[in-house]
Order: sequence, then structure tokens, then C-alpha cells
Amino acid sequence: MSRRPLTVALTGLNATDSPGAGVAVARALRESPEYEVRLIGLSYEALEPGIYLRELFAKTYLLPYPAAGSQALLERLEYVQQQENIAVIIPNFDAELPHFIRLEPQLRAVGIRLFVPTLAQLESREKLNLSAFGTAHALPVPATHALRQATDLAVAAIALGWPLVLKGRYYEAQVVHTLAAAEAAFGQLAARWGLPLLAQQFVAGQELNVAGLADGRGQLLSAVPMRKLTITDKGKAWAGITLEDEGLTELARRFAAATQWRGGFELELLRTAAGEVFILEINPRFPAWVYLAVAAGHNQPAALLRLALGEGVGPFGAVAVGKLFVRYAWDMIADYTDFQRIAGIGEL
Amino acid sequence: MKLKKNIATSEAGFVFNPATGDSFAASPLAAEILELLKAGQAPAAIQASLLARYEVSASQLQRDWDDLMAQLHQFQLLES
Repeated sequence: MSRRPLTVALTGLNATDSPGAGVAVARALRESPEYEVRLIGLSYEALEPGIYLRELFAKTYLLPYPAAGSQALLERLEYVQQQENIAVIIPNFDAELPHFIRLEPQLRAVGIRLFVPTLAQLESREKLNLSAFGTAHALPVPATHALRQATDLAVAAIALGWPLVLKGRYYEAQVVHTLAAAEAAFGQLAARWGLPLLAQQFVAGQELNVAGLADGRGQLLSAVPMRKLTITDKGKAWAGITLEDEGLTELARRFAAATQWRGGFELELLRTAAGEVFILEINPRFPAWVYLAVAAGHNQPAALLRLALGEGVGPFGAVAVGKLFVRYAWDMIADYTDFQRIAGIGEL
Repeated sequence: MKLKKNIATSEAGFVFNPATGDSFAASPLAAEILELLKAGQAPAAIQASLLARYEVSASQLQRDWDDLMAQLHQFQLLES
């Protein structure tokens, strides 16, 4: 059966040492069994590497930063839509998701479909709310305190003990062992990410992740567990391997059922030496390593595409265990005129 | 003292635990023992076979066997 042509746009082209998922999602969509996908890149900066992967993206457009607001994003996307006739957009950044969720009706009106969580779902798993979320749904989350000022550190340390994990609201975490170190880290993280910060109970163990997809009606469609084999100094997986672990899949199933999650997600987990599993974070989109899920027989991005188009998708079968990914850095060559066009005109 | 059912072993002596993602390299003799355990042979039968084939005392074999089983347990390769 021949594949139907379809134009899909996506963000997260920053395939850097702290990568967005866009390039991995693009690779997955190219392997869609149903659609011959033409890909449009949507980037926020002129040097996001995916822009220059011309064999993947037919064209890339710069978007206004999320801080510019929903209206600015809508106007830009309406312009892009006039040029490209996009059927589906897959957003891959946490910070842009609220805008896309708010704009879903307007985007649908111009022919663009999304398959994203609701605002309530998005907020429920935010770092600030994760502890309460875990309690409400009987999901294992380390004890967490919100830090609105540096003096809250001492209170958090009494409650949680040393060491503590200090986290920015959206990104970055530091493990601190003393009050002096905690105060220094508080200053750095607050300057970068604003307040409040979070203090989380430190739990030692093996880092595991699950890439998942749920249908928005409480059903988990896919869960691919992965163990990080190489971790960068930013805590990102640089190599990983798929696992056979029904316990992790069951955790993902409980998450999907409890939240009625709609779309892709990632559970960041930690397993202690005693075998306890804790949810450290829940990311509201596919992870940058999602192409490993494709290799394991679960093309989650291609399935999300079908969900966005209103097509029925059933649960995937068994995960192929023992599939490895090893990331690499590759120097692409572009001409200065390419950079000028994307930076100056906003299109390449 | 049963090897977990999902443990993958290869003729070259590589062992893979799909639940943890860990890989191990076993010596030829350890690989042979793992294959026999995986096939469901009783430890006593495997030990008797080893005693018959190698110049080793029963007490030394038992110490080496216990050491191997301790390692397999530590690496989460045995049924609990």
C-alpha cells in the first residue's frame, strides 16, 4: 500500500548537548508506515542544528520566543500555514506547550491538528506540583519542598535531610551537601530560572526513563523503558538500552489512567538498590531519545500523528529488549548565506 | 538457584540481563554452567559432571560454585 503524502511541522530542532526531541521525532515520522511525511522545521534560534539537516526538513521557519505570547505565535503559524499547508504540528518544548494548547482551536480552524495534553494535565505534573500529584494518585515521588527564598533552605533540610537536590522550575538541578553550598546554588539557580526553586529529597540509584504515548482517554498505548548507559555532565543520556520491566510499564499505565494523559510523555525514574522506583520528573512530550522507541518496535511519533488526525490507534505489542542507542556529535557544514536567510528573513 | 528465564546467553560467553540492561562476559566454564542452569539442570548434577571431568576436589569445587552463585545473585541473574 502506498503511503499518503502529509505535511507535518515540529519544534525542538536543538540537537545539542541538552537536546530537544525534534530531530528524533523527525526521523521517526520519516518511518511512518501510513504517511509519506514532508517535514517543516519550526525553530527559535538561527543555530538550532536541525535547521541545517536539509535531508530531513524541507524548510524551517523561525518562531517568536514563548515569552512573546500566544498571539505572536498564532500570527507566525498562520503565515507559515499559508505557505506550507501543514496538517499536524508536534510541539517538542515544555515552555511552548501552554501556547500551543491554548491555540488548539484557532490552529484547527486553519487546518492544523495537534495531539497535546490539556492545560490541567500539563500543570498537574509540573515540578512544583509533582509531590502533591504523586500523593493524589499513589505514585512514588520523592518528598519535595518549594523554596521561595533562601531562608526556606534550612527548613527544607530539616524535613528532607542532606544531601538535597535543588532544582530550577523548568530545567537544571544540583546536589548540595551543606547549607553554605545550598545557599550558593540557590543564588545561581534563582538567577537563571527565577523563583520558586524546588528542594527534593536525594535518592541514590540507577537512572531509568520511560518514553510513553497515551490516548487521552486513560489508555496507555506504548511505554518503552530505557536505562541510561552514558550520562553527560548535564544529566542527559548519551547512550541507553531498552529494558524488559513490566513494573515500569505498569507505572506508565497508572500515570496514563490517573491523568487521562493525551499525547507523548517521558517518566524520569530512579531505582534504588532495594528495588524501589521513584518518579523524579514527568516531561509532557517525547524525549530526545524517542528514536530508540522506534528501534524497539514502537514508533510513538508516527502513532501520535494518527491520533492527531483522529484515526484509531491500538496499544503496541512487546518492546524489543536490548536495543541500544549511542548518540554522536557531527559537524555539519553550511554556507553563511543559509545562516543569513534563517537569521534575517526567518526562513530557510 | 535458578537462572532467571529471560537472561540471554551466547555461545561466546556473553550474558545479558534484559531487566537491568547489564551485560557480562563469562569464562568458558562459567558460560557452560549458565547454559546448563538455563536448560534446567539441577546444580548437583552439574557439579557431579564437573567433578568427573576436572581435577578438582569436592571442597574446592563447592567453594568455587558458591562464589559463582554469589556473583550471579549480586548481578540479579538468579530467581530470588
